[in-house]
Amino acid sequence: MDIVGLPAWEIADKVRRKVISAREVLDAHLSHIRDVDGVSGSINGDKGNEPEKIHAFITLTEDRARKQAMELDEKIAAGEFSGSLAGVPVTIKDIFCVESTPSTAASKILANFVAPYTATPVTRLEKAGAIVLGKVNLDEFTYGSSSESSAFQPSSRNPWNTDRVPGGSSGGSAAAVAGYESTLSLGTDTAGSIRQPAAFCGVIGMKPTYGRVSRYGLIAFGSSLDCPGPIARNITDAALMLQVIAGRDLLDATSATVPVPGYTAELDKGVKGMRIGLSPDYFRITYFDSGSGDLVEQLLPEEIKLKVIEAAEKLQKMGATIVENVSMPHTKYGIPAYFVISRVEAASNLHRYDGVKYGYRTHEQVSNLSDMYRKSRGQAFGLQPKLRILMGMYVSAEQYSEQYYNRALRIRSLIRRDFEEAFDPNGKYRINVLLTPTTPTTAFKVGGMYGDSVLMQYADQLTVPGNHAGIPGISIPAGFDKDGLPIGIQILGPDFSEALLLRISRAYENATETEDWRLKKPAINLPN
Amino acid sequence: MSDEITSDIFWHLVELAALELTTEEAEYLRKEMNNQLRSIHELAAIPIESEVPIASHGIPYNESNSASNRQDVWRPYKEAGKILSQAPETEEGYIVVPEIPHKDLD
Repeated sequence: MDIVGLPAWEIADKVRRKVISAREVLDAHLSHIRDVDGVSGSINGDKGNEPEKIHAFITLTEDRARKQAMELDEKIAAGEFSGSLAGVPVTIKDIFCVESTPSTAASKILANFVAPYTATPVTRLEKAGAIVLGKVNLDEFTYGSSSESSAFQPSSRNPWNTDRVPGGSSGGSAAAVAGYESTLSLGTDTAGSIRQPAAFCGVIGMKPTYGRVSRYGLIAFGSSLDCPGPIARNITDAALMLQVIAGRDLLDATSATVPVPGYTAELDKGVKGMRIGLSPDYFRITYFDSGSGDLVEQLLPEEIKLKVIEAAEKLQKMGATIVENVSMPHTKYGIPAYFVISRVEAASNLHRYDGVKYGYRTHEQVSNLSDMYRKSRGQAFGLQPKLRILMGMYVSAEQYSEQYYNRALRIRSLIRRDFEEAFDPNGKYRINVLLTPTTPTTAFKVGGMYGDSVLMQYADQLTVPGNHAGIPGISIPAGFDKDGLPIGIQILGPDFSEALLLRISRAYENATETEDWRLKKPAINLPN
Repeated sequence: MSDEITSDIFWHLVELAALELTTEEAEYLRKEMNNQLRSIHELAAIPIESEVPIASHGIPYNESNSASNRQDVWRPYKEAGKILSQAPETEEGYIVVPEIPHKDLD
């Protein structure tokens, strides 16, 4: 495969050694984007337009990227640059501010907002030599698991089968990387929004520990849960990207002061002696059936479960010990607790959009300020933000907060306790990590679930406990289902164990390197 | 099954949230809110010991992983015009809004 098929580490190496220029890398990617992406999402865009294309982008910042590439080539020619991501094309989920570019959160209310500053993870990527190609689509304000709720249509589609969703909310990011439009992408994960689309699109997605990566410049959703993180096609690239974006930021008081280890240095140390847990609580989901009003427990599809078991067996052959039947009893409460906590935080974060300081203001005649608020917010927020505002206000109201909000915050402690007990070196299980499926299903059909906010949320049942607990998790590709759709497996570890997760993922990647499924490529028109 | 969020409660929330909704939107939103609440009720059945603390976020913050709060420092921002240029309506460096209604507090 030509330049667009190269991994990030190889692009950076070749660009630094002047084997290829950053401009050549950029041109190859822009040409490929023109072939496969189709029209970018736009307000009032037709959601059915070009259903065979990926539609990852909202804004392609070609001129900006060209300027960056030119400046980088000049620095390299002068021997003045050695950044680890030299010339690597990246896309940015359009929930991050990038100075002088539209930063929309995929919402009409921010459609005209041009960010006056750049988010820290983006600044760090650019400083390392990455070339930002543009902003990619997502669920409106990240509220969803399919990317379909974007106000910018057509929303992104899955490169493996464009009748399927790419997942969400970082759907544009995962689709762009899976479709070889960018080598890396910056996503965010509040309940699974990096890991679930990564699983649906057959790429790698990591949610780092809460606080590991700065949230400065990230348009907030659930402030106690949001984590920026990398999406990549191989583990080395994911490690390289995390290395660049991780670490304390004086502009984000919630960023952790814990030192950042060398993620790539640890990658090939293997899994010998590690204890890897499997939990029956991650092989079933419990969800609320809005039709019958009942709680329904359902086992995961056998083909998804099998991929986890096969991965465990491979890791065991490489020297790991598999610990079965790890009890994680509060897993099933992750979504109900999330329904409360995330809504309260979302409502709080969305009150700032009022048509006064920036963003959309109604064009209709208004009688006074309150009328202007109501009309501006009513016309420019989509259904999902409205739902979260109303729900968040209800469950945090004074008369209900003990019953709902405070109870959910206590349940978060219980979810965290499950992990602490599993990872306790003196405890019953003494596991280093937990190996699970990433999602209860593979990518669902476009339009198949959209509108049912409860069922959609349950797509995150296996990922959301990691957000409640604050711990890191990674989703890696593990093969395909009977319909040819990617299946992802997830590894969850203790606080700040990203190096360990990457190392285990790398061992699995090595062990499966020569398997047939690794040779499969997405159905879209890829260069040879 | 009765709806916990009645029409009256719903419209009270809509007023507080400063949202203008169409009839179709209101119907969808109230239905989804009640469905979500039914799912949330699952939490009520969980036995929680009294000592289980509230977790404001998953990872407890302490001196080993987070910085102490710094003093607020006032600094002028060099590019105030860039921020002001985002406002829908301005006049001589001020943001212009429609008439602010007078409201007596209860």
